[in-house]
Amino acid sequence: MSKQYETVIGLEVHVELATKTKIFCGCSTAFGAAPNTQTCPVCTGMPGSLPVLNRQVLEYAIAVGLATNCDITRYSKFDRKNYFYPDNPQNYQISQLYLPICQNGGVEIETEQGGRKIVGIHEIHMEEDAGKLIHDEWEDCSLVDYNRSGVPLIEIVSEPDMRSAEEVIAYMEKLRQVIQYLGASDCKLQEGSMRADVNLSVREAGAETFGTRTEMKNLNSFKAITRAIAGETARQIDLIEAGERVVQETRRWDDAKGESYAMRSKEDAQDYRYFPDPDLTPIRVSEEMLQEIRERQPEFRTEKMARYREEFDIPDYDIDIITGEKPLADLFEAAVALGAQPKKVSNWIMGETLRLMKEREVDAADLRFSPEHLAKLIALTETKQINSSVAKEVFEVMFEENTDPEQYVEEKGLKTVNDEGALKKAAEEVIAANPRSVEDYRNGKEKAIGFLVGQTMKAMKGKADPGAVNRLLREFLQK
Amino acid sequence: MKIKIFNRGICVCALLDTNPVMRKKCAEMEKNMANMINDETIEYVGILAKLELSAEEKEQAKSDMGRMLDYIDKLGELDTTDVEPVSHVFPVENVFREDVVINGDERERLLSNAPQEKDGMFVVPRTFE
Amino acid sequence: MNIANMTATQLAAAIRAGETTAVEAAEAVLAQIEKEDKKYNCYVTVDRNGALAQAKAVQEKIEAGEFSGPLAGVPVAVKDNICTEGLLTTCSSKILHNFVPAYTAEAVKNLQRAGAVILGKTNMDEFAMGSTTETSAYGPTRNPRNTAHVPGGSSGGSAAAVAAGECIYAIGSDTGGSIRQPASYCGVVGMKPTYGTVSRYGLIAYGSSLDQIGPLTKDVEDCAAVLETLASHDPKDSTSVSRADTDFTTALTRDVEGLRIGIPNDYLGEGLDGEVRTAVLQAAEVLEKKGASVERFDLSLVEYAIPAYYTIAAAEASSNLERFDGIRYGYRTEAFEGLHGMYKKSRSEGFGEEVKRRIMLGSFVLSSGYYDAYYLKALKVKALIKKAFDAAFAKYDLILGPVAPTTAPELGESLADPIRMYLGDIYTIAVNLAGLPGISVPCGEDSRGLPIGLQLIGDCFQEKTLLRAAYTYEQEVREHEQTV
Repeated sequence: MSKQYETVIGLEVHVELATKTKIFCGCSTAFGAAPNTQTCPVCTGMPGSLPVLNRQVLEYAIAVGLATNCDITRYSKFDRKNYFYPDNPQNYQISQLYLPICQNGGVEIETEQGGRKIVGIHEIHMEEDAGKLIHDEWEDCSLVDYNRSGVPLIEIVSEPDMRSAEEVIAYMEKLRQVIQYLGASDCKLQEGSMRADVNLSVREAGAETFGTRTEMKNLNSFKAITRAIAGETARQIDLIEAGERVVQETRRWDDAKGESYAMRSKEDAQDYRYFPDPDLTPIRVSEEMLQEIRERQPEFRTEKMARYREEFDIPDYDIDIITGEKPLADLFEAAVALGAQPKKVSNWIMGETLRLMKEREVDAADLRFSPEHLAKLIALTETKQINSSVAKEVFEVMFEENTDPEQYVEEKGLKTVNDEGALKKAAEEVIAANPRSVEDYRNGKEKAIGFLVGQTMKAMKGKADPGAVNRLLREFLQK
Repeated sequence: MKIKIFNRGICVCALLDTNPVMRKKCAEMEKNMANMINDETIEYVGILAKLELSAEEKEQAKSDMGRMLDYIDKLGELDTTDVEPVSHVFPVENVFREDVVINGDERERLLSNAPQEKDGMFVVPRTFE
Repeated sequence: MNIANMTATQLAAAIRAGETTAVEAAEAVLAQIEKEDKKYNCYVTVDRNGALAQAKAVQEKIEAGEFSGPLAGVPVAVKDNICTEGLLTTCSSKILHNFVPAYTAEAVKNLQRAGAVILGKTNMDEFAMGSTTETSAYGPTRNPRNTAHVPGGSSGGSAAAVAAGECIYAIGSDTGGSIRQPASYCGVVGMKPTYGTVSRYGLIAYGSSLDQIGPLTKDVEDCAAVLETLASHDPKDSTSVSRADTDFTTALTRDVEGLRIGIPNDYLGEGLDGEVRTAVLQAAEVLEKKGASVERFDLSLVEYAIPAYYTIAAAEASSNLERFDGIRYGYRTEAFEGLHGMYKKSRSEGFGEEVKRRIMLGSFVLSSGYYDAYYLKALKVKALIKKAFDAAFAKYDLILGPVAPTTAPELGESLADPIRMYLGDIYTIAVNLAGLPGISVPCGEDSRGLPIGLQLIGDCFQEKTLLRAAYTYEQEVREHEQTV
């Protein structure tokens, strides 16, 4: 490859809103129900049924628009996007093309070089999600479940302002953070409550015009997005280098195979025949409505960071990480409110929580343990009822099952033994059984004490306070 | 009844007349139809609308659609430069429902009309490649 | 007492007075259906057992004093594009040949709350696309006044059933004249209310921005009573309007003193049958004699209503009818290849010719590159038409004219030429585009004995003015007939 290329990326991010009901009917949006048990004539496209807009959807969409510096469209409409597919019960999707609710916004991200840049948001529109198709291997057919049909989505369409996978991820993390702060969605990539389609083109470095772009779908993790961007960039460069043309098309990324393929078929005309949905009325956003939503906007990250610096004596680095994800900040604040010392809570989040989240691939939004239990665990260590290694052991259990630490410690008999006699007896036995280490210590090898402490803790089945053991051993050995 | 010629050569008023001479004249004029719908267009619209027409139906559809479009072209006579398109005649706006679950499980009723069902779901030809 | 000939108001009064019962009424009308429907084919489905069971239940409630309105215990026929739970609803299409809705349309629920007894579902043009009831997949309906002629359409089954005494009253839907025109052809009263007055929830959509449910009745008094019952603000229909003035029966007064009536010259011009013209102008004279002022004026834009209408209705229909794909309900073809093969074959076999024609046209006018030239243009013309009516209603309280250019044509006469058929809607269509209320009242017959309809058009929400004028006209004519 002799020439230098630049990758140009724009994103269409779909976010499922955290409403109780669907966008156009009173069916529940709860996850995991049996197929088609959360459906009605509206979301299964029964003849004669009609949609009515869920007010909360509009309010969330406006809130996200305000938080991403968009202009709110004062006169907005819904349009029908017509295409046949079985997951789409009316064979049209109600969406917004001509007058989307939010336009011309942008968010700031940090670039790899440590600089900052604005990623423009072209528009945010409201639309309905489709149902789910399940392949039936036995009968070689597909089955349709409309539980997700009609779940509200916002689609956030960026400008083609990103130049690398890192910027894409920084942008998505920024969106996720803002939306989570608003409580408008949990933004879980794995569960599909946040999804991204990547529009990508390449051009020679320094070129003025954009190249032909492709759209990639089916990207459900940051890793998949990174790989897909690398793969598609390479594919397009190869085409250009070989003197061929990039075709504007939709491609499906197969993350397992690490390649994408065109989704086009003869029956797929990509002509959606948008027109205003006559079943829905226009939306006029009044100044009062806007003001009400503005007033309800929560404390965003920048404000929260400033407040943490003011209120809590914890390092800036911790503040940065904790406020980076709303669920972590919520956890932190709730545990502190229950009386736990901020520094201790922060340590638990920064240490064990992040470690286990990474190790077990758990999103912050999916953390199971309650702030009450974390506060209890901290109290147990503070009052020296358990030592730190027991605390870590308890935390791991709590992390998985939100177990009550007090109850668990009690049941498993993990409390530190404060029985002087038992401890003295164990220490004496260890000293008697390890003459070499005793010798070493006495000869000035400070390290040897660690071995003896370990042995004593082992004899105590871990239920002693290591500090107390250390003090006791030194006392004995000085005799 | 007089023959009235609309902008592109179709005489609609004559169609109302049962006089065979008039009808013939009208048919002649239709040969000069402005909107010539070709096979590709019919094929394309068939894909959009998911309709499969027989050869005979296609010919009919070509002529019907051409005539209708010629007729619709009459709208072009009106100057609508500063006119706002109207989809709803009254200013009914901001109709919302509150975010409250009101529907229960209606699966059995909703599935009762399905041509084919399995495990509480609608059966369709395979959609995955 | 000949129940089949009674109006709803008369019958309900007789039931309340204990002179007959809801069950007897249902039995009488069912007997009439049995006797006559082979000739006219008004019904797609007659729910004999259901009707008798409802009648029995309603009668008990009447006796218990729970129902006292003018529709309690009265048998009604429902157009087959209005959903009725547990009762076949086909839109007179093969594609819905086996469709049994899981819910009842709000308008029908309103009737049921008033103690109506649903007899069955009436024949119509397939998906309400047509003006003759000949595009039905279940055979044409015939005009009870002359079976060689069509009853009009698309609510032809409803209009014919009222005319033939196969129901006491009926409900239909009107997208471009589909209540008023068959009412005119069959010699009954039919009314399309202001858009948004009757809930569309449960009405299987044709042109959503134009569709309205309305009554077909034997006289104006019934029309007011039925509309009063049908009208409601329905939170399930976003386009439903909340109005306080739906006590339409209060408008049944014989008084048109000072009423300003305008007759558009455009409605009396070329293409209008001479006998229809004479009858309509005579009707205007009747109102003038009672104190209304009548004058001619130029409405303008009349010839643009049909092309605008067919663009908008076809576009909306092409989208509304996408859901009929053989997956969730309705007809699915036997043998097919793949998903798209199933779509295409099911739809091509399930829809009739006229429906396919409009779907194709609608898909085309919305397709990439044509949207602005056709659909958007039509919406702008719609705005101009609305303006023309606004200007007219600044001068007049009512617009008066014919319902259709001719009386009912013979079977087979219209279908051969679609544009010709569409032109028959010229006086009714603009009313739908502008969302206005319109009523068709019988105003005589032609030399062949076929009924002629008088159309009165009001400004938005002016149903009461419309009903008052229609009632006055009807009473004057009745009185005149009695004295002759």
